[in-house]
Amino acid sequence: MSTSKESSYRAGVKAYRQTYWEPGYRVRDTDILACFKITPQPGVEREEAAAAVAAESSTGTWTTVWTDLLTDLEHYKGRAYRIEDVPGDPDRFYAFVAYPIDLFEEGSVVNVFTSLVGNVFGFKAIRALRLEDVRFPIAYVMTCGGPPHGIQVERDRMDKYGRPLLGCTIKPKLGLSAKNYGRAVYECLRGGLDFTKDDENVNSQPFMRWRDRFGYVMEAVKKAEAETGERKGHYLNVTAPTPEEMYRRAEFAKSLGAPIIMHDYLTGGFCANTGLANWCRENGVLLHIHRAMHAVIDRNPHHGIHFRVLTKALRLSGGDHLHTGTVVGKLEGDRQATLGWIDLLREKSVKEDRERGIFFDQDWGAMPGAFAVASGGIHVWHMPALLAIFGDDAVFQFGGGTLGHPQGNAAGATANRVALEACVQARNEGRSIEREGKDILTAAARHSPELKAAMETWKEIKFEFDVVDRLAAVNA
Amino acid sequence: MKNETFSYLPAMTAPQVRKQVEHIVARGWNAAIEHTDPKRRGGSYWTMWKLPLFGERSVDRILAEAEACRKANPGHLVRLIGYDNARQTLGMAFVLPHA
Repeated sequence: MSTSKESSYRAGVKAYRQTYWEPGYRVRDTDILACFKITPQPGVEREEAAAAVAAESSTGTWTTVWTDLLTDLEHYKGRAYRIEDVPGDPDRFYAFVAYPIDLFEEGSVVNVFTSLVGNVFGFKAIRALRLEDVRFPIAYVMTCGGPPHGIQVERDRMDKYGRPLLGCTIKPKLGLSAKNYGRAVYECLRGGLDFTKDDENVNSQPFMRWRDRFGYVMEAVKKAEAETGERKGHYLNVTAPTPEEMYRRAEFAKSLGAPIIMHDYLTGGFCANTGLANWCRENGVLLHIHRAMHAVIDRNPHHGIHFRVLTKALRLSGGDHLHTGTVVGKLEGDRQATLGWIDLLREKSVKEDRERGIFFDQDWGAMPGAFAVASGGIHVWHMPALLAIFGDDAVFQFGGGTLGHPQGNAAGATANRVALEACVQARNEGRSIEREGKDILTAAARHSPELKAAMETWKEIKFEFDVVDRLAAVNA
Repeated sequence: MKNETFSYLPAMTAPQVRKQVEHIVARGWNAAIEHTDPKRRGGSYWTMWKLPLFGERSVDRILAEAEACRKANPGHLVRLIGYDNARQTLGMAFVLPHA
């Protein structure tokens, strides 16, 4: 930041405080509430920085304008109403801002985020800004479509009860022909997985156009269903360059009898995602949501948007599955924080819980919950921990952990299914699956050469790097 | 052919089945029993064996009903269910081993 600008923005900041800092404000049940972590420029007082954020994300601009007097700003303005220390970090603070519900178009995740994380994130009075949490009032939640089907409906559709579901992303993620790709799908599903998944990078490249892929994949799904007697699916990725093309692909997937399709909600965008979720609800197709680009937005602990907020955005926009991280695998994710956002994804109502990074009570009313998807660098040895962390309403996706099996995909799939069912059985018997995990898996492997081989292949692999983004409570 | 949850494990012994029923009872779910001719296993609905055992807390009585269902329907698949009315779903469901 250039210091030559300080004299010009200081005057503006003072004005913000007079209008947008209201410590006595009584929050309304209908307000949208936001908690920002603010790193102010040196010399800017907390109240001034907080008011500036409230102003720039609601009705304010850098100067007063005469047309302000043509409306009731007291009714429309956002207000910074509380400031808190960030435990263990004297350079930053939390600012709580209340926005009147009338500031936002009904049912529009797009509109809410255009305001809350719009120009304000480039604002010079602050060095860095992070949206930590948002409370969506039930009045606003009810204007959004939410998950097209939700957990209960998907369980009934897929006939899967009392356990997490199992998936696998087909690899190599780029370069397979459609027929070879379908082969990999068939092998995984006949071996015992419930789902396979298009890699997010697979859209419609020259080596495998979407229409060819959809055809071979659905042949594989139906063959595996006929042979196992179980219901199966493959997330057909309909993420596309334009909404028109996205819907064309979704219609074709439906015409083939696909039970589930897939979308990347951040690269595709909230507008496309919300539209596709509505299409899925109308057409009875489940919707799996990938989150490419999320780490660009959520990984820096001082700037950007926390993933718990992106989780809420997805639940409002719509999706039946959402990738949430694994805690134990190759990708970033603190355990307590992850438990926080999987609650926000799945539960009817979630209480403020700073230990899990949750700043507000969140009531979802009748809006369905979505499955948490744990994917990335996980294998059979992680199964006990995954079940303990995620419980039943989750999909565990073993890509390399299925396809990398020495005897091939079907054996890899069987190994995962045996490991999962052994852990579920043990849990239901009251055993401590995390502590006794090794015994449980070893005993199950006596009846399963596939599991035995998987356990031998991956026994040395762990992912025990420290996380970059730790909860403030942990830093303290 | 497979039958969903637990069908990739060896057939459960009687004490193992009992422990799963204890789990249904401990979770406060309502046990239910249904059955089908294996040739018609694929749909969403199997034939109910009586009504769900609402409020039944006796593991012995639940197991006895499952056994009665099996005796009355030789050759059928018999499924034990734990209805979770709070979440409006099946907390669990698994096909019992053949006697």
